[in-house]
Amino acid sequence: MKKREKAEKIGASASRPVTGGYIIGGGVRAVPHNLILDIRRNKLIYILLVIVLAFFAVFNYAPMVGLLMAFQDFSPERGIFGSEWVGFENFVNFFSGPYAGRLIRNTIAIGVLDLVVNFPAPIIFALLLNEIHEKYFKKTIQTISYMPYFISAVVACGLVMDFTEAGGPISVLVANIVGGESVNLINQKQNFWLIYVLQNMWRGLGYGSIIYLSALSSVDQELYEAARVDGAGKWKQMIHVTLPGISTMIIMMLILRMGAVFSVGADKILLLYSPANYEYSDVINTYVYRMGMTQADYGLSTAVGLFNSIIGTILLMTTNAITKKLTDTAMF
Amino acid sequence: MKQSKLNRVTPSRALFLVIAVIILTAIAVVCFIPIWHVLMASISDPTQVNVSKGLIIAPLERVDLTAYSMILSYKTLWSGYRNTIFYIILSCALTGVLTVIAGFVFSGSRFYYRNTFMLIISFTMLFNGGMIPTYMVIRSIGMVDTVAAMVVPGALSVFNIILMRTSMQEISGALEEAARLDGANDFVIMFQIILPLCKATFAVIMLFTIVMKWNDYMSALLYLPTETGLYPLQMELRKILFQSSQEITSSSSVSNATVYARGVEYAAIIVSTLPILLVYPFVQKYFVTGMTIGAVKA
Repeated sequence: MKKREKAEKIGASASRPVTGGYIIGGGVRAVPHNLILDIRRNKLIYILLVIVLAFFAVFNYAPMVGLLMAFQDFSPERGIFGSEWVGFENFVNFFSGPYAGRLIRNTIAIGVLDLVVNFPAPIIFALLLNEIHEKYFKKTIQTISYMPYFISAVVACGLVMDFTEAGGPISVLVANIVGGESVNLINQKQNFWLIYVLQNMWRGLGYGSIIYLSALSSVDQELYEAARVDGAGKWKQMIHVTLPGISTMIIMMLILRMGAVFSVGADKILLLYSPANYEYSDVINTYVYRMGMTQADYGLSTAVGLFNSIIGTILLMTTNAITKKLTDTAMF
Repeated sequence: MKQSKLNRVTPSRALFLVIAVIILTAIAVVCFIPIWHVLMASISDPTQVNVSKGLIIAPLERVDLTAYSMILSYKTLWSGYRNTIFYIILSCALTGVLTVIAGFVFSGSRFYYRNTFMLIISFTMLFNGGMIPTYMVIRSIGMVDTVAAMVVPGALSVFNIILMRTSMQEISGALEEAARLDGANDFVIMFQIILPLCKATFAVIMLFTIVMKWNDYMSALLYLPTETGLYPLQMELRKILFQSSQEITSSSSVSNATVYARGVEYAAIIVSTLPILLVYPFVQKYFVTGMTIGAVKA
């Protein structure tokens, strides 16, 4: 009882402005924090916290425990604590198996191509759009270019299949350009990579430019004025004012994308690929899906998935560290 | 007049602007043409669509709604539609409540350990268990083949929590203090004082949830292995677009079903996509706000 009164007294007399009726900054710092007291006073907050934590425990942390399956000959009947431990056998089986090479090659090829094409594309689009000052033209281009984002992945991939098969609009167009008959494009070797990346571009170009456009609009106009007075042309203004103005945003997006290079999503490829083009379309995540969900080889698919997410996390951390060193901009 | 000297359009600048307009127009055309093609094909005679090559810019010969009458009689597409709307309503309710709760806990000075726990939660953005372990967890808690599997697992996301928390932190503490002096408890403060001031952020989170659920087919693919009656719209579309649409055409008592397949596919796409395409221009500005705060604060 005494302690409580004391805490309240100190809290009330603290110099820091009182915000809310809860733990008051000054008071907390003046006396050692008392967990029991805090819980008693803020029951509701702790109840709500438990709900939030329970959610993350079940749907995010429990699966991390499930990663132990990667080191087991997992059987669902015996569960994660009853299954036989096999060490790194699943990893060894994967890397010495026939598919590891092509899976890693396809994942890197698609991931890197997607990064190289679809990371700068929205930036260039935003820069171009930013040069246009005719309001209605700009607005129309924006509205139309955001539209494909609202076409679902299923529909977009369905259209890709229709458009690239023999007689489809894209296939006919390609046949007109390179000559010859219109043929099914998606099964022709590396074409799959290009088609996947272009499909992503179609859906993501406009939508991806939104954040750059808003970053561009917050660049100080007086800097342009100053540059102009100093005799800088439009090109020099772009190099010395515009790009530095949005560089933070560009770096943040780059870090996020680097983390995703290796985790080429299964959802769209699962729709687009077929056994006829597995040689070039099968990536790590689709393999994880097939092994785990259709072949029920849980240990192997968990091991492959774990390998994939470790690489992804390393890439994210590395990019973050590099950009921190070079530019002082970082996510964390 | 002085102004115009600084802003004057040099010949090279004019050339640049012309090229920029051409490129931007080309991009807009490329974005729009496939949608237009589908729309025009869907209102053409399906048998003609089946044999036509290349783009369809105008209805072939005449407007023909056969494909739409076929799709109307295709029951499972409509049950998918109904399921998706049901999942969207449930997801919005659950995501709304949980995100507001989490935002409330982690914003302001209400909770002493907020940064520690925020860190624990944020870690899940960096690293996760992946597809199969998550599936095993969902299976072991008995959610597979239930409505819950379609709604609960993605209901709370770190990204949304950060959005909500940032927006709540911008509200002056004085307001909350005043309400507390008037005897308001936490629930009153959370839902009647703070939430109304975060309406814009809340709307953004709802929109993201709606679009995500509308497009989602992976959770059905993973978590509804046998319960096809619960399939959302996208799963039904996947059946129509990627398996065979003969099922639909044969169910509407037409002989020679395959010639109608393409037209029916396109009608299904229009029926399932047009609503969202018509609504989105009106809520476009919310997406822009959402993307912006998300990118700056996350």
